[in-house]
Amino acid sequence: MAHWDGPLNKIDDYRWEIPKSYKPGMRVPGLIYADEKMLEGIRQEQALEQVVNVAFLPGIVGYSLAMPDIHWGYGFPIGGVAATRVEDGVVSPGGVGYDINCGVRLLRTNLHEAEVRAKLEKLLTELFVNVPSGVGSTGKIKVGKKEMDDILTGGARWAVRRGFGTEDDLEATEEGGCLKGADPGKVSLKAKERGSPQSGTLGAGNHFLEVEVVEEIFEPDLARSMGIEDVGQVLLLIHTGSRGLGHQVCDDYVRMLRQASRKYNINLPDQELACAPVKSPEGQDYLAAMACAANYAWANRQCIAHWARECFVKVFGKSLPQIGLEMVYDVAHNIAKLESYEVNGKRLNLCIHRKGATRAFPPGHPDVPPKYRKIGQPVLIPGDMGRHSYLAVGTETAIKESFGSVCHGAGRVKSRHAARRSLTDAEVARELASRGILVKAASRGSLSEEASEAYKDIDKVVDICHKAGLCRKVVKARPIGVVKG
Amino acid sequence: MVFLASLRQEDGQKKVKRFDIIEHTADVGITAYGANLKEAFANAAYAMFTLIADLENVREDVRRQIEVAAEDRESLLVSWLNELLYIFDVERTIFKRFEVTELGETSLKAEGYGELLDQSRHGLRGGLKAATYHMLKIEKNDGYSVRVIFDT
Repeated sequence: MAHWDGPLNKIDDYRWEIPKSYKPGMRVPGLIYADEKMLEGIRQEQALEQVVNVAFLPGIVGYSLAMPDIHWGYGFPIGGVAATRVEDGVVSPGGVGYDINCGVRLLRTNLHEAEVRAKLEKLLTELFVNVPSGVGSTGKIKVGKKEMDDILTGGARWAVRRGFGTEDDLEATEEGGCLKGADPGKVSLKAKERGSPQSGTLGAGNHFLEVEVVEEIFEPDLARSMGIEDVGQVLLLIHTGSRGLGHQVCDDYVRMLRQASRKYNINLPDQELACAPVKSPEGQDYLAAMACAANYAWANRQCIAHWARECFVKVFGKSLPQIGLEMVYDVAHNIAKLESYEVNGKRLNLCIHRKGATRAFPPGHPDVPPKYRKIGQPVLIPGDMGRHSYLAVGTETAIKESFGSVCHGAGRVKSRHAARRSLTDAEVARELASRGILVKAASRGSLSEEASEAYKDIDKVVDICHKAGLCRKVVKARPIGVVKG
Repeated sequence: MVFLASLRQEDGQKKVKRFDIIEHTADVGITAYGANLKEAFANAAYAMFTLIADLENVREDVRRQIEVAAEDRESLLVSWLNELLYIFDVERTIFKRFEVTELGETSLKAEGYGELLDQSRHGLRGGLKAATYHMLKIEKNDGYSVRVIFDT
C-alpha cells in the first residue's frame, strides 16, 4: 500500500488541512481530525487521497471532512463528511454507501453485571436464536408487497404499528425512525425482493448485538438524563443496516448516476463518486429511494430491539418494566440528509453526506427530541468487539465546523483477510473469553475479521473528537457478550 | 486458512491462476484472469463466491440462465457480479461454476451451476454487500484480467 505524501498543514493538535492548491479541481480544502500519531497511520494508505477526490464534488462547501476513524473506502473514505449545496450541488450515492442507514441503537437496563453474567450464556443463545443473523439469514416476519411499501414509507413507525415496540422508542430515534420523502416507486422490484425475506435480520460482516456494562461515567448529570446512573449497569447495543435492500438501491443508483454524471458533464476522479445535481430528477429519485432504504433499516433495528426485549424477559423471568431496556437513542451513520447551516455568514440548504459519520446536534437544536433538548443529541460510537463503546452528546462546535457530525466507530486498520490470516476464530474467542467477553458468531471468519487488532483504538478516536470539541464524552462501556452476524 | 489452501489447489489443478485476492483496508477485491474475456468474467464470479462460502461442498444441482445488460463493458462486469449477489439473496442459490456463453460490449449471457444454500454444509463466511466501481479495471494482456473491489 502506497504511503500518502501529500501536504498536511497543522491547524492545531487535532486539526490538519489539505490545501486546495494540492490538486487542480479541488473546490474546497480537506480537513482531517486526528492527532499526530494517528495521522501517521492514516498516511499509510490512500484514504487522504479519497478526501481530496471528494473535494471535487460540484457544490461542496466548507471542507471535505475526515473524522479520526477515517480509513480507505471505495470512492468516499469511511469516516468522511461532505456537504453540498442543494441549490446547485450534487448528491452522490457513494457518499452514503451500500449499507444505507447502517447505524446503532442503544438500550439501557435496570440490570447489573453480576445478575446478567450469571445468565449470560443463556441470554446470548436466546438472542442468537431469536434475532436471525449471518449470511443468507431470513427473517421471522412475512412481508407482502403492500406491507413492504409500508415499511419503506413508515420505517420504525411501521414496526411500532405492528406491535414491535412503543412510541417512546420513536422519540429516541433519529428522524423519529421515519425519514420523509420516501417513495417506494423509486425502489426497484429487485431491491424489494431482496428486502422482503431479510426484514428483521441482523446480517453479517461487522453487524452485531452487544451486551455491555457501564465502566466509566464522565458526566453524571447528562448520563442520568439518558437513564444511566451506575457503573456496572447493563446496556444493549444493536448495530445493523438496510441489508440487501439497501445494497440493491445503492447499486441501482450508482449505475444510474454514472450516466447522469456524463449527462451533466461532471468529471470525477473515481467512478464510485458518481453523482447528479440534488435538484435533478436523478438526484431526487435517489434521495427518495435512499429514504426508503433508511426507513427499512430503522424498521429493522426496531424489530430487533423488540425481540431482544422478549429474550431478556424470558431469560431473567422479570417483567419488561423491571428489566428496563428503554431506548437511549438510535443513530444512522451512513446517510445523506438535507439540513441547513450557516456558511461564511450565509444560511445554506445543504445535502450532508455522512459516510461512516454520526450526526451530533447540540443542546437546543430543534431536531433533538424534547427529552434531550437540554443536553444535546446522544451520539453512539461503538468500538470493535473487544473494546469500549462510547455514549456522547453533540456540540455547538460540531454545528459550526463539521456540519453537525462526528466519528462513527474505531475505523479499520487491517483488511479482513489480513486479520483472518493472523488469527483464527477460536483464538479470538479464547482471547475475548480470557477478558470476560463471551461471543457467539453465525459466520465463519467473522470473529477473526472483527478482532480488535484489525481496528484503531476507539479510546483514542473518541478522545480526539472530544478534545476537538465535536462531541462530549458521557459514558464509556465495555462488552461482556456479543452476538456476531 | 482453508481459503488460501483452496487457492493453491486451483493453481495446481489448472496450472493457470484463476484469480488473486486484493487486500483493501475496509473491503476486499479480486483480480480474475482468463485466456479470453468470457473466462475472466466467469473466474471473477467464481472468485466472488469463494469469498462467500467453501465451494468444495457445493453441489451442481441447480442450473440457472443469467442475462445481464449494462451501458458499457465495465458496468457489465459490476452488474454481472451484483446480479449473482441478487440471485443469492432472493433465490438462495450459491454458485460454484459459470459458463459465459455470450459476451458483448453491453450484454452478457451465462449459465451458473450450484446449489440451494445449506447453512450447515456450505461453511459460510461473512457476506459481500456489493461489487463496486472503485478501482474497476478490465485489462488485455496475454489474456484478460479484470479487477473488482467489493463492499463487505
